[in-house]
Amino acid sequence: MKTAVYVPRDSSALSIGAESVARAIRTEAAKRGLEIDLIRNGSRGMTWLEPLVEVSTPKGRVAYGPVSAKDVPGLFEAGLLNAGAHALNLGLTEEIPYFKNQERLTFARVGITDPVSISDYTKTGGFVGLANALKLGGDQIIKEVTESGLRGRGGAAFPTGIKWKTAYDAPADQKYIVCNADEGDSGTFSDRMVMEGDPFLLIEGMTIASLAIGATHGYIYLRSEYPHAERALNEAIATAYREGYLGADIRGSGKTFHLEVRRGAGAYICGEETALLESLEGKRGEIRYRPPLPAVAGLFGKPTILNNVITLASVPTIFEKGPGFYKNFGMGRSRGTLPFQLAGNLKRGGLVEKAFGITLRELLYDFGGGSYSGRPIRAVQVGGPLGAYLPESQFDTPMDYESFTAVKALLGHGGLVAFDDTVDMARMARFAMEFCANESCGKCTPCRIGSTRGVEVIDKIIQNRNREANVELLHDLCDVMLNGSLCGLGGLIPYPVLSAVRHFPQDFGIARNGK
Amino acid sequence: MQSIIANDLGTPERKSGKSISLEVNGVQVTVPEGSSVMYAANVAGMKVPKLCATDNLEPFGSCRLCLVEIDGRRGYPASCTTPAEAGMKIRTESPKLADLRRGVMELYISDHPLDCLTCPANGHCELQDMAGVVGLREVRYGYDGKNHLHEQKDESNPYFTFDPSKCIVCSRCVRACEEVQGTFALTIDGRGFNSHISPGQMQPFIDSECVSCGACVQACPTSTLMEKSIYEMGQPDRTVTTTCAYCGVGCSFIAEIKGNSVVRMVPNKNGMANHGHSCVKGRFAFGYTTHPDRILKPMVRQSIDDRWKEVSWEEAIAHTASEFKRIQQKYGRSSVGAITSSRCTNEETFLVQKMVRAAFGNNNVDTCARVCHSPTGYGLKTTLGTSAGTQAFDSVMDADVIFIIGANPTDAHPVFASQMKRRLREGATLIVADPRAIDLIRTPPHIEASHHLQLRPGTNVALINGIAHVIVTEGLANDAYANERCEPQEYQTWKDFVSQPKYSPEAVEKITGVPADTIRGAARLYAKGPNSAIYYGLGVTEHSQGSTMVIGMANLSMATGNMGREGVGVNPLRGQNNVQGACDMGSFPHELSGYRHISDAKTRELFEKEWGVKLDAEPGLRIPNMFDAALDGSYKGMYIQGEDFVQSDPNTQHIEAALRNMECIVVQDLFLNETAKFAHVFLPGSTFLEKDGTYTNAERRIQLIRKAIPPVAGKADWEITMDLSNALGYPMQYDHPSQIMDEIARLTPTFAGVSFEKLDKLGSVQWPCNDSAPEGTPTMHIGKFVRGKGHFVLTEYVATDERTSSRFPLILTTGRILSQYNVGAQTRRTENVMWHEEDILEIHPHDAEHRGVIDGAWVSVASRAGEIVLRARVSERIQPGVVYTTFHHPDTGTNVITTENSDWATNCPEYKVTAVEVTPVSKLSVWQEHYREFTDQQEALLPGKMGS
Repeated sequence: MKTAVYVPRDSSALSIGAESVARAIRTEAAKRGLEIDLIRNGSRGMTWLEPLVEVSTPKGRVAYGPVSAKDVPGLFEAGLLNAGAHALNLGLTEEIPYFKNQERLTFARVGITDPVSISDYTKTGGFVGLANALKLGGDQIIKEVTESGLRGRGGAAFPTGIKWKTAYDAPADQKYIVCNADEGDSGTFSDRMVMEGDPFLLIEGMTIASLAIGATHGYIYLRSEYPHAERALNEAIATAYREGYLGADIRGSGKTFHLEVRRGAGAYICGEETALLESLEGKRGEIRYRPPLPAVAGLFGKPTILNNVITLASVPTIFEKGPGFYKNFGMGRSRGTLPFQLAGNLKRGGLVEKAFGITLRELLYDFGGGSYSGRPIRAVQVGGPLGAYLPESQFDTPMDYESFTAVKALLGHGGLVAFDDTVDMARMARFAMEFCANESCGKCTPCRIGSTRGVEVIDKIIQNRNREANVELLHDLCDVMLNGSLCGLGGLIPYPVLSAVRHFPQDFGIARNGK
Repeated sequence: MQSIIANDLGTPERKSGKSISLEVNGVQVTVPEGSSVMYAANVAGMKVPKLCATDNLEPFGSCRLCLVEIDGRRGYPASCTTPAEAGMKIRTESPKLADLRRGVMELYISDHPLDCLTCPANGHCELQDMAGVVGLREVRYGYDGKNHLHEQKDESNPYFTFDPSKCIVCSRCVRACEEVQGTFALTIDGRGFNSHISPGQMQPFIDSECVSCGACVQACPTSTLMEKSIYEMGQPDRTVTTTCAYCGVGCSFIAEIKGNSVVRMVPNKNGMANHGHSCVKGRFAFGYTTHPDRILKPMVRQSIDDRWKEVSWEEAIAHTASEFKRIQQKYGRSSVGAITSSRCTNEETFLVQKMVRAAFGNNNVDTCARVCHSPTGYGLKTTLGTSAGTQAFDSVMDADVIFIIGANPTDAHPVFASQMKRRLREGATLIVADPRAIDLIRTPPHIEASHHLQLRPGTNVALINGIAHVIVTEGLANDAYANERCEPQEYQTWKDFVSQPKYSPEAVEKITGVPADTIRGAARLYAKGPNSAIYYGLGVTEHSQGSTMVIGMANLSMATGNMGREGVGVNPLRGQNNVQGACDMGSFPHELSGYRHISDAKTRELFEKEWGVKLDAEPGLRIPNMFDAALDGSYKGMYIQGEDFVQSDPNTQHIEAALRNMECIVVQDLFLNETAKFAHVFLPGSTFLEKDGTYTNAERRIQLIRKAIPPVAGKADWEITMDLSNALGYPMQYDHPSQIMDEIARLTPTFAGVSFEKLDKLGSVQWPCNDSAPEGTPTMHIGKFVRGKGHFVLTEYVATDERTSSRFPLILTTGRILSQYNVGAQTRRTENVMWHEEDILEIHPHDAEHRGVIDGAWVSVASRAGEIVLRARVSERIQPGVVYTTFHHPDTGTNVITTENSDWATNCPEYKVTAVEVTPVSKLSVWQEHYREFTDQQEALLPGKMGS
């Protein structure tokens, strides 16, 4: 039997040479007359170890990493196919504590299977959820989703069951499922990883959503910077059509669901659901006012379920294992798991799927291993560019929606970006405002003009020009943006800005009381 | 800049059967369900600050000034986008709201020039108003930040400027272009702070798709988009509500005036025909009213080779009266006649025909409808019982299928076209029958006809019979409706008639060139409806079978049950502002007002009693008969009010010869038009701004025009007619046109309830307006046709005599263009010439190549009637074998080549079919050379000009 060797096709691995590693392995094996089965899997999510090469052994898969092409002859020399000893040998992959200590529900398959192999997918429990959902009516599907406690993973944490119910209740001749795959938050990559590493999971989740509300068409709105995800999704969609999991008569059920990938045009704002819909309709990516909610009048004015990738990818598990199973994870009103994404100044960056309730400190130190630079971690921005900066004093905050709201912070999409003590938080506040200025759609006044004025005001504070008055002006401006903006971009940018001022006043040249 | 009498409820009024009550600042208010909180607040008398909201656009929610507090809701929702709900308790003012609004305004002003005192919108600028309302006292950001203060002005449009330094990016202009006009010429380019208005693809306005309708200018809350006239003249200080004098849509306008100068024309939001919209003509092209070409003194001369002599009004009137008396004495009572004007008011038209019948003592009166919609009158009267369209314009909002036949609304009836496009964007489907690919065939992003029946000119009747054939033979007709509402026997006969194999789609394809499947598709779509409405223009009427085609459409509409409710009907898009009215007022030689035949003794008796004269029971001469009579020497005198048939009527050389044979031609007009060059008396007319009266638009809507300034030449047109009648010995005494309308109402059952007082109160009424319909009749034939049972008439297709031959192998068809109006007498004297300096011949590439015609080169177009030369445009808009042009410029002489062929029933000329040949040439035609010479000669004969 041929030995299976795994080299990820995930972007994080490809970006640091996985393709040449795969080529080298193939060449080396041929040279040595060894028959191998080279499988291009997703990533295990331990990005500091990429490219992570695995070889299958009777005891399980053994990892080597990070592997470069020039390491390959040496690995073969050391008996790679028999998991031979080598400096890069990490032992059994699933025994690596970083991996072993996770609770992988949504990412259960990612890194393990060939992402575009439908047989790999079905062999590992794939489409069981769909089969179960096909036996249910739309209202029962929605009931199970509601029971699972699933909330939107895009950041807003809106209860998914309620959203689906709203779309279900809206009478219309046509309904849509739209997946928000415009993952643009800094330090986040869980959407990408699941789309590259387990695209059938998303297809299955969207198909179940379509059954819930009787939608016959779905779109995955994919950010343009994700070419590998696009390839994986399109390959998987084509296979799903071929195998009857998509199309006019899903697995003989008589139900119809058509799905296609639409590429975005590179605007952060199009990750906001209404701007996304405008863009998907071929218009300028600009925020729509609400109400009406997209669930009532969304794509082309029709009731639309618009969910983030992770939300939809969480659905098959709920239908495979039951809402109770899913609900048993987590704490408080935050049920299930969240794939946390560790980035920034950390020794071990990567993806950690854990139930809600783990503390920030555990993620930073137990998983992340502390800072990459070895210096103390001074601040962490959680939840993307609109999330607050948390100081060390808040590192024991449990990762759940309500605990974060209590400290004027956001869990968002689960991204963490760590900074050591060399960070200048006034610069970071300025960076946040500048990000808003760069990405504002320009529709509402507080964000369109306010973000630009915000940068100017912070500059004046940094330059100590009329500092006291400008700090007050910055607070007033943030109040107008927070309360007056049309969407969450202008409305949330005060979080990072004011958290920086609040927790790190000395960086702005002001005392703790703001003076 | 907002209207100087702005009253804005913020968001559109919603129609709903259900009302909801809520509380705004403690005041209870009831509004239709679906209304916004802002609307409710306004109704409650509470103004909420706003910039991006205006009540003719859907809410947008961008300025964030209109934030309010709502009990039980988090945050500060925008009142423009938040739907009002029953029981809501709303606060529009609080310290927190004040802070937020000041904060927003502070941001606006941090990127706005502080030049209010020298700004053209000063005092009527919404930004300035709102800064005052929110109490902005300082801008703490300073003025040294990033800004747009040095952006360059775009002055490319002749009528308005675009000054981006003043722009607050509220998108009102962009939305007006989309929602109101439906052109989508504007967009926002860039994002964030760099967001800016982009005409087309960052082009100057004039090079973009902009059609200069003015909707954006009207929508602009600042002076970013601003009429150049306000830059030049300053702001107006008074207003007069009036009606546009261009096309048959009848847009209501508010003339904004300073002293006796109109500064700008602002479309009236309360106008029932236009709902606050306008086109480039009505909105901007009023400069002709003050053009130096206007003739302001009466003039007389003995022969057309003599110099004109300026005389007093008294002298001119006395001279005319004595000439007419002399002619009648010498040549008989029938030797004089008159032409009423479709450009003048109902009252003026009524007076002219009254003068003819009472003072001339004959019925030699006709009007330009003779050459446009006379078949409409005939066809609809015959089948339905009324000589007018069946619906109000608003009815189109209920149509599911819109069938346009021989009309080009985006050019000729632009404001109604915008309403139609709005309905099409909502999902109605469109069928177009036209030899040419008009804009509505396909206008990205939202307009596309589902079927284009691109027929050969002259084959309309075959086409309509083919469509009827499909509907009848496929069992798609509404038999229940037709049998109940029409004569069942006639209906059956008609069904048998159209079912004949000779009208099968395949047979009709051979005649029309329209593929059989396209005919089938269109027929099925029309029959399916459920609401199918026909809109048509001169492409129907101006044919040898014009009346037959009108009847054919009425037949089709009755057979499918598309009559007598909203969203259906058969609707002529009438060309001139008051062509409907001119017809209603008894301008035809055979009809008294209200379409009552002159031979009807009872009707005559009514008029004879009121007018105190005996009326001739014999119909008088139609226009073409007048020319024929002039040539044979029996017709010698003619009073022509506001009409230029030398340019507009077919076969120019025939008309010229006729006029040269006459002894007293009296032209009453603003300008020395083509007809005036053959005149012996010129009486200076007044523009629509200079008099009171009424116009009736294409939907039978009677609207007031109001005197905004005194008549520049001293008299309103009705006064001139009155003076002439008095001088002729038939006394007329009116102090005001309202008295003329009172007389019309006394004499005309369909107008019995019309008075100036009522029009002033209601804004407008649609006739019939009488005791049974005191506020008028928007939709006709509800429950029952006016004539009783609908009358099916068989419509045999008879090919026109005008056939192509080896000598004249192409067919010329004529039409209109957006920027120019009819003979162009007005629009050529405005900046609109920028868009259409000359008439152009459109020719298909295939025909062009065959003849060696190059795009932009001179070509001769010759018919059996004559020859002209104009520039060619090679275009696929037109099908092979057909060429197209307009007749807006007299020096083109388009009607030199059109022929005397006409509608069998009404003599409406067959403008739409002339066999021609096109050849490349390098010099003008003989007629055109003569025309130039003659025009130079005539202009030299004007007073104050050097010459013979």
